[in-house]
Amino acid sequence: MKINNNQLLRFTTAGSVDDGKSTLIGRLLYDSKSIFEDQLEAIENTSRQRGHEGVDLALFTDGLRDEREQGITIDVAYRYFTTPKRKFIIADTPGHIQYTRNMVTGASTANAAIILIDARHGVIEQTKRHAFIASLLNIPHIIVCINKMDLVDFNEEVYNDIIKQFEAFSSKYIVTDIRFIPISALLGDNVVHRSENMSWYNGGALLHTLETIHISSDYNKVDARLPVQTVLRPQRDGFLDYRGYAGRVASGLLRKGDAVTVLPSGFTSIIDSIQGPSGELDEAFAPMSVSITLKDDIDIGRGDMIVRTTNIPETSQDIEAWLCWLHNNSAKPRAKYTIRHTSNEQKAMIKEVLFKININTLAHNTEDKDLNMNDICKVLIRTTQPLMVDSYRENRSTGSFILVDENTNETVAAGMIV
Amino acid sequence: MSKYFLNYLDELESEAIYVLREVWAQFQNPVILFSGGKDSIVLTHLAKKAFYPSKIPFALMHVDTGHNFPETIKFRDDLVSELDARLIVGLVQESIDQGRVAEEQGKHATRNALQITTLLDTIEAHKIDCAIGGGRRDEEKARAKERFFSHRDDFGQWDPKNQRPELWNIFNGKHFEGEHFRVFPISNWTEMDVWNYIKREQIEIPSLYIAHEREVVWRNDSWIPNSEFLTLHDNEKIETKKIRFRTLGDITITGGIESEADSLEKIVNEVSAMRQTERGNRTDDKRSENAMEDRKKQGYF
Repeated sequence: MKINNNQLLRFTTAGSVDDGKSTLIGRLLYDSKSIFEDQLEAIENTSRQRGHEGVDLALFTDGLRDEREQGITIDVAYRYFTTPKRKFIIADTPGHIQYTRNMVTGASTANAAIILIDARHGVIEQTKRHAFIASLLNIPHIIVCINKMDLVDFNEEVYNDIIKQFEAFSSKYIVTDIRFIPISALLGDNVVHRSENMSWYNGGALLHTLETIHISSDYNKVDARLPVQTVLRPQRDGFLDYRGYAGRVASGLLRKGDAVTVLPSGFTSIIDSIQGPSGELDEAFAPMSVSITLKDDIDIGRGDMIVRTTNIPETSQDIEAWLCWLHNNSAKPRAKYTIRHTSNEQKAMIKEVLFKININTLAHNTEDKDLNMNDICKVLIRTTQPLMVDSYRENRSTGSFILVDENTNETVAAGMIV
Repeated sequence: MSKYFLNYLDELESEAIYVLREVWAQFQNPVILFSGGKDSIVLTHLAKKAFYPSKIPFALMHVDTGHNFPETIKFRDDLVSELDARLIVGLVQESIDQGRVAEEQGKHATRNALQITTLLDTIEAHKIDCAIGGGRRDEEKARAKERFFSHRDDFGQWDPKNQRPELWNIFNGKHFEGEHFRVFPISNWTEMDVWNYIKREQIEIPSLYIAHEREVVWRNDSWIPNSEFLTLHDNEKIETKKIRFRTLGDITITGGIESEADSLEKIVNEVSAMRQTERGNRTDDKRSENAMEDRKKQGYF
């Protein structure tokens, strides 16, 4: 299969236990011929042992022993498939409220989110939760799949009603691109092949949509940012004075000859060379890993950020952000955490919890300030040293951070800068 | 398509380089787990790129079961000298001689599970705080849940139900003394991606991956190579076949497939038409549905 010039699309799937999410993924993989014979054989055996009729495609996505025994997804699992048009990475996440943190994790790297709705039940509380998380994590494309159309006689009105219900509440969020597709994951209608049972639907099947969504503009191409991961000093013949500032371009475009500023020091210089994975380049863009050299000898280390002088991020010790609490240990008032933002690391304190959001009703709660696992809230954070930040809406790389508990080393929160 | 967009292989390459640089920045004494297989070879190739023009800053660590393909060991030694890297070898035979582990008995005996002890002992002896591996999430269902940065407690154990969440590309490698991390920079690559990359970059690989004539025995639905470690069962006979290997493990358990693919081009075509997973020929994975999960929890690769 030749896909050498093709793009990579990362998407996440949200749905609850009975929405048919695992069946949908199984169907995508099966109909796109991404399931191998020995995997299929294993699923057939298990289906038979459990007395299921036919092959239960949902079994394909169950990973760990506990999950297989309980028939639910506990953790994020990653699946891969390729078509002649694109390579796909699926972050398969559980949809139940107690797994909000896993949904957030899966959504953090996604270009697109599939939200599943059971055609028999229409928009329910958890649909709103899934849409809210997709919007909070700023996923550029949302595909709402109205599933189990076979159980409502492939009725167009049911489908149109659900679209109306969905749009009624989603218009409150900023979501750039929403599409709707009526499907039957069980029977395969509009998943890989267009449905013969729903001639009233003029759009493409799900796979066609995934293959053609325009994702080239998903990266921020305006704000040139290079967080420095490490400094390369070969100190060998031919490279005695070489100092390469290595990192992955977070956003924007960096060109040889560009005037740049190094933050937080504020020193300025000119890009002398850009080393890409396969040799020297004239320009670099996200998400390329490069190392650059500058015309001037400046003291630069991990945690610094190289930006274009004409476009500089905000430098601040006080940050307003959305937080999703990820850990069993609740947040303690004024407790200190390590904040990891790009390649930078500082001490930080949650100064104030502004409000917590009820993710089913989206109501703000300003009374209860305890942060427990799966809670989403807006907070004020104070750091010991300034961070170079952009708003998460503008820049997913320089607008995101995590908090790490210094006593346990565990990652306890995910943050999105307002 | 916009000019400012990477194709999928370039994106995977940049992602892996980013992860390797994070390892270097976050750990004191990281090593690359080098098996001589294609995944660890690709990993080493990526490490070369990540730190160019510096030389690769990681030692290569090999857990040697003693049941090797001779080609693998020669390949390993040639690569180490070309990179001017340090080689750390953990010998399973030594673990057996010291009584740390007992050789499995019976006709299905392998040294596969014994590697866990040798691996963990070597990590401890050399005070290694991060072992970089070529594991991929598409290989096996337990691996589909693996993180890029995967924590191991001070017994080397993996706790799959209590993993650190991994958001965006911010990796948390913080750990206490005695604990270590396994890091998988090519998590998001599939077997096909690895082969396409090897072909594109013209990376040298052991000749075992390329179709060649070899003495083999038909066992567990694949061709097991003849070697000094092979005990013939009843009704088994040695034949000569043109075969190649899709993965390289111990010579005693790695099955080959009949193949005419004697060039990278042909291998890529063959792999894209494959209807069996590459681990389908590994008897270590066939022991039970939970075989990989159970070994990984104990500290396996």
